[in-house]
Amino acid sequence: MINIEIDGKPIQVANGTTIIDAADRLGIPIPRFCYHKKLSVAANCRMCLVQVERFNKPLPACATPATDGMKIWTRSKAAVAAQQSVMEFLLINHPLDCPICDQGGECDLQDIAVAYGAPRARYSEEKRVVLNKNIGPLIATDMTRCIQCTRCVRFLKEIGGMMELGLVNRGEHAEITAYVDRSVESELSGNIIDLCPVGALTSKPFRYTARSWELVRRPSIAAHDGLGSHIEVQVKSGRVMRVLPREKESINECWLADRDRFAYEGLSGAERLTVPMIRRGDAWVETGWQEALEFAASRLLDTTQRHGGEALGVLVSPNSTMEEGHLARKIAQGLGCGNTDHRLRRSDFRLDGHFQGTPWMGCNIADLPKMDRVLVIGGNLRNEHPLLANRLRQAVRMNGAELSLLNPLDDDPLMRAAHKAICSPNDMVNVLSQVLKAMSGLQRLSLCLPPQYGRLLEGVRVRDNTLAMARSLAGLGQDYDLVSPRSAVFLGNIAQHHPRYAEIYSLAEAVAALCGATFGVLSEAANRVGMDLAGVLPGHGALNARSMLENPREAYLLVNIEPELDCHNARLAHQAMQAAGCVVALTAYRSEALQDADVLLPIAPYTETSGTLMSMEGRVQSFAAAVRPLGECRPGWKVLRVLGNLLGLEGFDHDSS
Amino acid sequence: MKMLSQESLAKIDRELAKYPADRRQSALMSALRIAQEEKGWLSGETIECVANYLGIPPIAALEVATFYNMYDLAPVGRHKITVCTNISCMLRGADEVVRHLQRRLGIGFNETTPDDRFTLKEGECMGCCGGAPLFHINNTRMCEWLTPDKVDEILEGLK
Amino acid sequence: MANEVCFRTLHLPDPAALQTYRSIGGYETLRRIVTARMKPTEIIQQVKISGLRGRGGAGFPTGLKWSFMPRYFDGIKYLVCNTDEGEPGTFKDRDIIRYNPHQLIEGMAIAAYTMGARVGYNYIHGEIWEDYVTFERALEEARAVGFLGENLFGTDFSFDLHAHHGYGAYICGEETALIESIEGKKGQPRFKPPFPASFGLYGKPTNVNNTESYASIPWIMQHGGQAFQDLGVANSGGTKIFSVSGHVERPGNYEVGMGMPFPELLAMAGGMWRGRRLKAVIPGGPSTAVLPAEAIMGAAMDYDSLAQAGSSLGAGSVIVMDETTCMVQALKRLSYFFFEESCGQCTPCREGTGWLYRVIKRIVEGKGRMEDLDLLTDVSGNIAGRTICALGDAAATPVLSFIKHFRPEFEYYIQHGRSLVIGNK
Ligand SMILES: Cc1cc2nc3c(=O)[nH]c(=O)nc-3n(C[C@H](O)[C@H](O)[C@H](O)COP(=O)(O)O)c2cc1C
Ligand code: SF4
Ligand code: FES
Repeated sequence: MINIEIDGKPIQVANGTTIIDAADRLGIPIPRFCYHKKLSVAANCRMCLVQVERFNKPLPACATPATDGMKIWTRSKAAVAAQQSVMEFLLINHPLDCPICDQGGECDLQDIAVAYGAPRARYSEEKRVVLNKNIGPLIATDMTRCIQCTRCVRFLKEIGGMMELGLVNRGEHAEITAYVDRSVESELSGNIIDLCPVGALTSKPFRYTARSWELVRRPSIAAHDGLGSHIEVQVKSGRVMRVLPREKESINECWLADRDRFAYEGLSGAERLTVPMIRRGDAWVETGWQEALEFAASRLLDTTQRHGGEALGVLVSPNSTMEEGHLARKIAQGLGCGNTDHRLRRSDFRLDGHFQGTPWMGCNIADLPKMDRVLVIGGNLRNEHPLLANRLRQAVRMNGAELSLLNPLDDDPLMRAAHKAICSPNDMVNVLSQVLKAMSGLQRLSLCLPPQYGRLLEGVRVRDNTLAMARSLAGLGQDYDLVSPRSAVFLGNIAQHHPRYAEIYSLAEAVAALCGATFGVLSEAANRVGMDLAGVLPGHGALNARSMLENPREAYLLVNIEPELDCHNARLAHQAMQAAGCVVALTAYRSEALQDADVLLPIAPYTETSGTLMSMEGRVQSFAAAVRPLGECRPGWKVLRVLGNLLGLEGFDHDSS
Repeated sequence: MKMLSQESLAKIDRELAKYPADRRQSALMSALRIAQEEKGWLSGETIECVANYLGIPPIAALEVATFYNMYDLAPVGRHKITVCTNISCMLRGADEVVRHLQRRLGIGFNETTPDDRFTLKEGECMGCCGGAPLFHINNTRMCEWLTPDKVDEILEGLK
Repeated sequence: MANEVCFRTLHLPDPAALQTYRSIGGYETLRRIVTARMKPTEIIQQVKISGLRGRGGAGFPTGLKWSFMPRYFDGIKYLVCNTDEGEPGTFKDRDIIRYNPHQLIEGMAIAAYTMGARVGYNYIHGEIWEDYVTFERALEEARAVGFLGENLFGTDFSFDLHAHHGYGAYICGEETALIESIEGKKGQPRFKPPFPASFGLYGKPTNVNNTESYASIPWIMQHGGQAFQDLGVANSGGTKIFSVSGHVERPGNYEVGMGMPFPELLAMAGGMWRGRRLKAVIPGGPSTAVLPAEAIMGAAMDYDSLAQAGSSLGAGSVIVMDETTCMVQALKRLSYFFFEESCGQCTPCREGTGWLYRVIKRIVEGKGRMEDLDLLTDVSGNIAGRTICALGDAAATPVLSFIKHFRPEFEYYIQHGRSLVIGNK
C-alpha cells in the first residue's frame, strides 16, 4: 500500500495503481478518451494529462503508476493548459456539426470539450476527411469523426479475441479500418459502438431514429442466453428504440452480446401476433380475448374430461419466466396431467429421477477468469454464451489458463486451446471415458475413482491428446493449489442435447470429482434452471418433452414455443401437432410452425411483461415491463391465470408476477 | 500458398529462422518485402497470403504494409526512383535533380511513365546525406553525388 | 588525428573484411574478456570511466544504462542495436556497418556477455539495402569462425546476432518503436515506463544502444576506459563521428575527439562550399536547435559547449547552411518531415505536426499572416512534452529555434510574400 495525494485529497492505494484509477476511486474526474478500464492502456489520446510534483512535464494519468508520496494536480494551471491544448488538437480535424451527428448528446468529445476545452478556435487550415468503411450490417461508420483512440481495435483484439479492426497508415493519415472491406464478425461487435467516444461508430439499426435525451431508460434482464446479463431498454413513445448493457461486473461486466443488443428489432416486426386468433377450418379468424380464452378453456376441459388428464401435453419454453412456468404447471396439475416439460431439445432423459437439486453452472460467472484449467465438453461457447466465452478468454489471456475442448465441431473459440479432442458425436462418450481412464491412471488420483465407472472404462484405449487433457486437468507436475483448485468441467448445449447425455454427464461429473474441479452445466436458455425449480418437469411416471411427441397427445398447451423449431425432433413435433385434436398456443409471434394450432393467444415478449428469470449461476432476477404490450398482447402470466380461472381451477388469483 | 513462389517462401523461411519460433510476425516486414520483390507491388491478396503464411490476422499485415514508406500498395514502373528531398539533399540541389528527372521522364512524383519503365517518388532522409543529392532505385540501389549528367547516365542504364 | 575508434580500419584496403579487422587485433578483446571470464561489473566500470554517452542522440551514459539490465533473470534477455538512422543529416552508422561491421559485432558480443543477453538484433535503416547486405555478410563471416553462435571460444557463453531490415519509417529510430518493429508491428513507440531494460523485445529485458555506442566498446575495453575518456573532454568522453552535410566542400563523416572547436571541424570538411558565407548550423540533426553563424563559430563540438550555445550535440549531425539558404523554406521542409514521419498514435503530434506544416507552407506560398509566428510558437509549445515519444519535441524544436533566431526573415517573407534571400523564389 502507498499513500498519494490528488488535488489535496489523500488516498491509500495498492502499489502499481495508476493515477487515473486512484482518481476514479476518489471521484475526481480526469478527462479521457483512449483509456478504458477493461482494455490495455494505450496512452495515445493524451487527454488525461495531469501535473505531478517534481515532473517538469504533464504525465498521462492512465499510464502513470502512482508512487509513494506522489502529489498530483488535475486542475492546476499546468494541467489545464495541457488538457486544453490536447482538446484543441483533437478538434482541429473533427467536424463541428454535432447537431447532425448521431452521437450528439451522448458524445464524450462533446462533453469533455465543453468542460475542458479552450474557448477559442485558432485553426484555419483545411480539415481532414476520411472515407467511411462498410464493416457490416450492425455498425455504421463516420470515420471523419474518429479520434484514433483505438478502443475499438483493442476491444476486438483483447475481448473479442480476434484482431478484426486496425489503425492503418501513418501520422495524420492514420485511420481505422477492417481488412479490405471485410465486415466485423465478432458476436460481441456491438460493444465497440458503446466504446467509441465519438460518433465514428454508431448503431445501424438505431441510426437517426432518436436522440439520446428523448429516450426513457428501463432496466431489464437479457433473455437470449443463460447469463442473465443486465440491460437497459431505451424507449421512445412506447416503442423499444435500442438495448444497451447495464454495467454488472459479476455478470456481463460492461459488455453485451450482439444477440441481446440487437434482437429488439424483432419486437416490432410484422411477424408479431397482436390479436387472439382461432382457427375455423383452414382459416384463421381474429377474435376478442374472452372468446379466445373460453374457446381454449372449453377445448382443454373437453379433451381432459373425455380422455383424462394424461391426454394433455404441456410444453414450456425454457426462455419463459418462472411465473409462466409455474402457472403452466399448475394448470396441468389442475387438469390431472403430469406431462409438463421445458427440456425441448433434450433427447436423453435417463438421468431423470436421479437428481438431488438441479444441475447448474457450479460456480459463478466471475470465477471463470480466475480459473487455471477448464474442460468444455460439447459446446460452442462463442454462439451459445458469447460473454462466457470472453470470461474464459480472459482466463487464457491473463491467467495462462489451460483450456481443453472435447467437441464434435472444431470451431475456433478465438482463444488458445491447450488441448483438443475433436471427435464424431458418437465418439464423445468414448473420448470422455478415455479422459476419465487416463485420469484414474494418474497415481495421485487413482484411489478415489468411484467403482461403478470401472465397467464403463473397460476396453477403452487412452490416446495421447486425452492423456494430455487428463494431465492438464489433474494439474500434474504443476504447483496448482490442490486444496481449492481453480479448475472446472463444463457441459455445453451439444452435450446436453446428446442422445447419450446420461453417460456424458456421469463421466464428466466423475472426471471433475477425480481432479477436484468444479462441475457445471451451462444452461441452454435464459431460465432453464428456473424451470427446474418451478417444477416444469414430468410428474412421476409422466411423459417428458420427447415421449410427449413420440406418443402424440390429444391436446397440447404450448407456452412460448414453436414445436418444429424448438423441439428435439422437428418431424415428430409436426406430426404430433397435426394429429392433436386441440392445440392451445401462447405465443408472441405467428409462425408457420403454429399452423396446426387451434387457438393462438398473443402474449408479451420480455420487454413487455414483468417476470423472473434464474440464470445458469442460480441468480434469481426479476424485471418489470419496459413498454406496454403491443396491440392486444397480454403478459403470459396473466393469460395463464385467466385461463386457470376459466378452467375452474384453484389458486389462480395472483395479481402480480 | 499458391500465391508466392517457392523461392520467395524459402527466403521468408530464412527470415523466420532469425526469430523465436512463436514469433512468426517478426518476419512480417521481410516477408512483405520479399513478396513485393516477387510481385512488383503489394496487392490485397498478396498481403493476405503473407499474413496467412505467418499465421497472423490480415489486418495486422495491412497495418504494417501501410505504415512503412517503401512498400508499394499500387503498381509501379520497372524502375522506381525515390529521390530524397530532405534538408541536406535540398541544400545540395535536390530540387535541380528532381526538376531534371521530371523533365526527362515527363512525369511528376507518384506518377509512372506510359511505358511502365519509371515511377518517380519523393523520399525522406535515407541516412546517406554525405552523398547528397541522391536517390535510390527499387528500394535497393543507392545513387549518390547526383548531377544532371550523372542522372542521364544512370537512366540510360535502366532499360 | 582522426578515425581512431569506429573508423580505425578505414585507411586499410577492404576495411570491412574480417581479416582486415583481425589484422588490427579485432575480436581479441572479446576473446580475452570471455575466456578470462571477466566480471560484468568490471566491464561496466570501464564503460562508465570511458565517459561514453549514447551516440543515438539522447546522450545517456552507456555504462549506467547497462547497469539497469536485471542481473539475475530466468529467461532470455535481448540486445538491440539501433542502426536506423533516419534523422536528416545523420549518416554515420551506415559507414560503420559498411566499413567496419566487425567492430560493431565485437562490441555487441561484449555487451551481450556483460548483460547476459543470449540473442541480439541489429535494426538497419530501410533505404540502405546494400549496407544491410554487407552487414549480413559480416555476420556470416563471424559465425563461420565462431565469433558468434554457441559456446564462444569453448566457454559457456553463447550469442547469436541477426540483422533486421527496416522499411522506411524514421520513427523506428525511437527505441521502443524499433522494438515494436522487430516484433513485426507498426513502429509505434511505447509509453515509458516500463523501459526496455525491464520490458523490451517480446516483453523481455532488452538493452538498446546506437551503432556508434556499441562500436566504441571494443576500443574502450582494449585500451581502457580512461584512454577513451582522454580522447575527449570532461563530461564528453572519447571520439564522436560528426556527419557533416550541406554547404561544405567535403561533406562526410569525421571521427574526431569530443570538444573540437567547430571552426576546426568545418575546416576538416573543406570549409564553406564555393567559399560562401556561413549563415547557420544545425549541430545535431533537426531535433536539435539551429544556431546562427556567430553562435556556432564560438562553440566546441561536445555536449556542454553546445548546450551553452543553446542547442545540443544530438547525433552529431552537422547541417551547414550558407548565406543562400532561405530559413523559411528550410523550415518548411523540416516541418514536412516531422509531419510525414509522425507515427500518428498520439494526438498532439498527429494533429500538431500537420498544423505546423500547413501554416509554414501557407507562409511560403505568400499567404502568411503576422500572427502566424506566435501561433507557430504556441502550437509547438503545445506539442512539446505532451507526447508519448520525443518526436513531438523534435518537431517543435526547429520551429521554435528557426523563428527565435531568424524572426525578421520570417516577417519579411510574410510581408512581401517572398524570400528575403535572393535566388529563393
Ligand atoms: C524520433 C526519434 C528518433 C530516433 N532516431 C534514432 C536513430 O536513428 N538512431 C539511434 O541510435 N537513436 C535514435 N533515437 C534515440 C533512441 O530512442 C535511443 O535513445 C538510442 O538508440 C539509445 O542508444 P544510445 O543510448 O546508444 O544513444 C531516436 C529517438 C527519437 C525520439
Ligand atoms: S510523438 Fe508522434 S511519433 Fe511519437 S508516439 Fe506520439 S504520434 Fe507517434
Ligand atoms: S486516457 Fe490517458 S492518454 Fe488517453
